Amino acid sequence: MTTAELAAKAREIRQESLRMMCRAGSGHPGGSLSAVDILVALYYGKMKLSDDPGDEGRDRFILSKGHSNPPYYAILADKGYVPHEETDNLRRLHSPFQGHPDCNKCPGVDCSTGSLGQGISVATGLALGFKMKNRDNHVYVLAGDGEIQEGICWEAFLAAAHYQLDNLTVLVDNNRLQLDGTVEEIMGEGDLAAKFTAFGFAVRRVDGHDFDRLLAALDCREEGKPMCLICDTVKGKGVSFMENQVEWHGKAPDAQQLEQALRELGGEGNG
Amino acid sequence: MADKKATRQGYGDGLAELGKKYDDLVVLEGDLGHATGTLTFRKAFPERHIEAGIAEQNMIGMAVGLSKAGFVPFATSFAVFSAGRAFEIVRNAVAYSRANVKIVGSHSGVTPAADGGSHQCIEDIAAMRALPNMTILSPCDYEQAKVLVEAAYHIHGPVYLRTSREPMPIVTAPGQAVEIGKAQRLREGTDLCIVSTGVMTPLSMEAAEVLAAGGIQAAVLNLHTIKPLDTETIAAVAASCGGRLLVCEEANRMGGIGEAIAYDLLGRSPVKMAHVAIEDRFGQSGRSAELLAEYGITVENIVSKAKSLF
Repeated sequence: MTTAELAAKAREIRQESLRMMCRAGSGHPGGSLSAVDILVALYYGKMKLSDDPGDEGRDRFILSKGHSNPPYYAILADKGYVPHEETDNLRRLHSPFQGHPDCNKCPGVDCSTGSLGQGISVATGLALGFKMKNRDNHVYVLAGDGEIQEGICWEAFLAAAHYQLDNLTVLVDNNRLQLDGTVEEIMGEGDLAAKFTAFGFAVRRVDGHDFDRLLAALDCREEGKPMCLICDTVKGKGVSFMENQVEWHGKAPDAQQLEQALRELGGEGNG
Repeated sequence: MADKKATRQGYGDGLAELGKKYDDLVVLEGDLGHATGTLTFRKAFPERHIEAGIAEQNMIGMAVGLSKAGFVPFATSFAVFSAGRAFEIVRNAVAYSRANVKIVGSHSGVTPAADGGSHQCIEDIAAMRALPNMTILSPCDYEQAKVLVEAAYHIHGPVYLRTSREPMPIVTAPGQAVEIGKAQRLREGTDLCIVSTGVMTPLSMEAAEVLAAGGIQAAVLNLHTIKPLDTETIAAVAASCGGRLLVCEEANRMGGIGEAIAYDLLGRSPVKMAHVAIEDRFGQSGRSAELLAEYGITVENIVSKAKSLF
């Protein structure tokens, strides 16, 4: 896809995500919207995918910040892993689109997530497993900047460097906000790039809403080192009243707010 | 009876044997291999022995990742860490996800005597029982530990395997088959049904001999599978023993197999039940024999509780 096509796809995914959350009456718009461009870059630009989820050769993606799932689900539906009509059923009984991703309920989801930090740990084991099998699959894992306050992440980062997992890319959705306030206020993380570098990662810092730069950064590899992309993002990106607002971490838009949001994103109203 | 050996050693020896048969078997260790038994495997298959370092949460998470890459991982630590410290990872990444991961908890109960209460896991049965999708295995001796490692390998899904550091008499034969989910009849009897698991089984067998000398014929059912629980066999054998049931476990009575069995027997033929278990208190340091006596993990206590049912 061209940059313009990726941008159009991202608009579509943002709109779909907001419609899904409005219908569900709950969800996490802020961190979903900040992650959209990263997800689109991975799924429409970078990753080696397959129509067959059983295809062993494909790359793997784990949404460790599992609460940011509406755009993930919208992409899985768009890719045909799940029937599109299921986008009406986010967070509903028996839905493949659970409140947090469930690999046993949703085709295309390789790892159940939602309990923060665990996806990073699983991704590390998966990358190690591919190394042990001499397979060239790449493992991508998307984490939140708030999420990495969980100690298990740093256990996993140690292991990723120790085992020289250059087939692992950790993407940090660095939107600087979490549920109760700014990351700085809640549990400041200081210089993230320096921390990852000290932990043995090759680190790139990139505008998480710039497709050209994202894709270029996703191509970066350093032999013997896991890669960390710190993606600077805006929480609530694309919707004026949600951008950089802590209170949009975990509440769904109502019908009126949805209409305004869709208008801003260039879609039709009456979602 | 043969020499005394610990189930942790059976686990380690079993792994080393299985490594030859199954090249997708991998072992994760949290820097306790000298104690948990996995160094035997490391010696034979260094490339499939993965150190997680002193980081049990990530050890369990990585095990899930390795399972997704097609390996069958055995993630090993002391029970207090693998089932305790890493509990929520076990809950979400393993049990909820139905990952094909085997979690091994060694040093269960109070028998890791000298280390003290911080390292004596008495709540792992309760914690693991409460997780849907989890199979819980608890070998009664060295030989059965070896058998259950292979059984765990063949169960597709989450398994918790509970081992002990305490050398105990061996009461099963090498390679003696087990049926997962079925209580194992180790001794026939007519007056009392003893149900036991782990290190309590060799002690129960010994207690049964003492009871027999006093005219009480006790059947002994070994629960190598704690979950799923074989209520049918327990109910039937208890009924055939005058409705007398004695349950023995080296674990806190809260949430252990005693509670599980009592619950499952609700609404069935009444049984009179007694329970040998740890009375809801933490362990402490001491010599092994002192700990066993202090916490009632003894033949004498089993005999005494058995007699209380008559």
